[in-house]
Amino acid sequence: MTSSHVRPHVPNAARPGLAKSPTGIRGFDELTGGGLPSGRPTLVTGGAGSGKTQFGLEFLVRGAEDFGEPGVLLAFEESATDLADNAASLGFDLPALEAAGRLVVDAVQLDPHEIVTTGDFDLDGLFIRLAAAVQSVGGKRVVLDTIEVLFAALDNEAIVRAEFTRLLRWLKDQGLTTVITGERGREGELTRFGIEEYVSDCVIVLDHRVRDELATRRLRIVKYRGSSHGTNEYPFLIRDRGLMVWPLTEVALTYGASTERVSVGVPELDDMLRGGVYAGSAVLVSGTAGTGKTTLAAQAVEAACARGEKALFVSFEESPAQIVRNMASVGIDLGRWVDAGLLRLWGERATAFGLEAHLDRFEQLLDETTPSLAVLDSVGSLTHVGAGAEVTSTISRELDLLKSRGITAMLTSLIHEGQGESSAAAVSSLIDTWILLRNAESDGERNRLLFVIKSRGTAHSNQVREFRMTDGGIRLLDVVVGPTGILTGSARARQVAETGAAAATRGADLERRRLAFDHRAAEVEAEIALLRERLASQRAELEGMAVETERDDSARAALQSSMARRREHAQAARDGAGGQDDPT
Amino acid sequence: MTTDPGAPAAPTDGTYHLRLYVAGQSPKSVRAVENLRRVCEEHLAGRYTIELVDLVEHPHLARGDEIIAVPTLVRKLPEPMRRIIGDLSDTEKVLVGLQLREDRSGP
Repeated sequence: MTSSHVRPHVPNAARPGLAKSPTGIRGFDELTGGGLPSGRPTLVTGGAGSGKTQFGLEFLVRGAEDFGEPGVLLAFEESATDLADNAASLGFDLPALEAAGRLVVDAVQLDPHEIVTTGDFDLDGLFIRLAAAVQSVGGKRVVLDTIEVLFAALDNEAIVRAEFTRLLRWLKDQGLTTVITGERGREGELTRFGIEEYVSDCVIVLDHRVRDELATRRLRIVKYRGSSHGTNEYPFLIRDRGLMVWPLTEVALTYGASTERVSVGVPELDDMLRGGVYAGSAVLVSGTAGTGKTTLAAQAVEAACARGEKALFVSFEESPAQIVRNMASVGIDLGRWVDAGLLRLWGERATAFGLEAHLDRFEQLLDETTPSLAVLDSVGSLTHVGAGAEVTSTISRELDLLKSRGITAMLTSLIHEGQGESSAAAVSSLIDTWILLRNAESDGERNRLLFVIKSRGTAHSNQVREFRMTDGGIRLLDVVVGPTGILTGSARARQVAETGAAAATRGADLERRRLAFDHRAAEVEAEIALLRERLASQRAELEGMAVETERDDSARAALQSSMARRREHAQAARDGAGGQDDPT
Repeated sequence: MTTDPGAPAAPTDGTYHLRLYVAGQSPKSVRAVENLRRVCEEHLAGRYTIELVDLVEHPHLARGDEIIAVPTLVRKLPEPMRRIIGDLSDTEKVLVGLQLREDRSGP
């Protein structure tokens, strides 16, 4: 089957033949792979206040300003003044664009009460008006807002339908990329007069609903002929800088990875992490209430500012003044960094706005502050605003914003007692370093423990450390392990004391033994001396005996010899008249 | 643009200033012009002026009187301004639209 044509997988955005015109609406062009179908009409429908006019306005203004495509706005509902005000709230200057010849705003005033229809008519007036406007600026884009007003104003619906069809054909023939706004009809109907039947290329539905007392806007692409598109509902915002769609599920993993390490401000913790965390990575500090999450984050801010770097501290729980005061109590003076222009403290109630509004403001803060470290304290507060999945995607979007800018992120997250480590698990995969703080309760006191649960790309310490807040900030204490496990607080102190006492006891014992030995040695010496003495006296005795014996022997010998001599003497005398030398 | 002043002797405060917008010489346009002249002669003899505007020749004039449909008849005077869209084939409706007759079709 070599002849069969194998179509390579090409994303629809790149498929030839389907040209797209970028709207310039943040997030929307990514979502649609390039924007709206070029030279074709798109229907944008929604209820009152859903943002369809703003969608059209931005499409026109961006086209004229950024994409070299002048446009025409034919408005049936609002006056030119109202439209200019509306556009100004999005940051667009319609009169200036008109003056520059890149935009025509034609506001058609139709008051049904002053209009009577009688007999046959057509909408050539509208065609002529539109054609003249397009020609005057070399228009490429057209917005008709809201065309359905015609159906209400002119009581011959058959003619209006026929003319509307003719208008769509004319717009296509002119190659004009067109946005037609429509009013949402009753339930199940996209538009009040069913005009979606005529617009076959692209249909977008905008929705503005209130859930949990919080207004949220959603955008959905119902139809996009010849192009793949997300079918999800995407949150969108109307900001003072135009619209923004959040394709929350489409966070790309394309950021770089730094090998530079930055201190988290606690030397012992840096050591546990083998020199700090990677620049531009995400750190999660989770723990139960009062475990010191905010303080740890503030310590990191302190360290960053001390290095001369900028930091952003966003708190959902405390006002900037409260943060400065509370951190001063543990010796962290954030106020001086604020004064030095290095630190931006920002407090807002997460519940005050929707998640999208929060994200938008967060991005704006990043743009304004350009920090190297950003703290979000605490992301758990966002769960008051949205459902779990929404919060997770919001946090991932926040991290995406930070990582794509190479900003080191420090998030704190409150874990409820007994909930364990699981509550932070949802965002754990997005986190590079996860530090857990925990209270250990024993001996009638609570002490803080710090663990490093994970740290990507780091042979981090597996130790549990005691975490202490001092007047000089945070200190981590070396681990003391007792017979019952890790010891903290007074148990730790007692263990340390006991260990000291035991050592002292051992020292005394040694001294005693040494003395005893000395004593024994002295005793032995004395005994040796005694024995020597005894030996000496025995020897003396022995020698005395020897002398005596010798004297006796010599006396005996002398006696014998004298006796012998006497005998010889007497012999001699008998033999010769005695001897003269006889001493006796 | 053709201007067709009515009877010149008419006092200004009773005069109807009418303007008819058409697009080219379509059958609708021609019908509308004929119908208008007839109605005016029958009901406003001597106190009307008709201004005929062809938008094909003067497209920029469409914006001034908020014209989207053709033919459109605009009653400039007396005030308030009134608009009648269509080929003016229904004389009753034209008279009601010009407030020359009470609306008897009523709600």
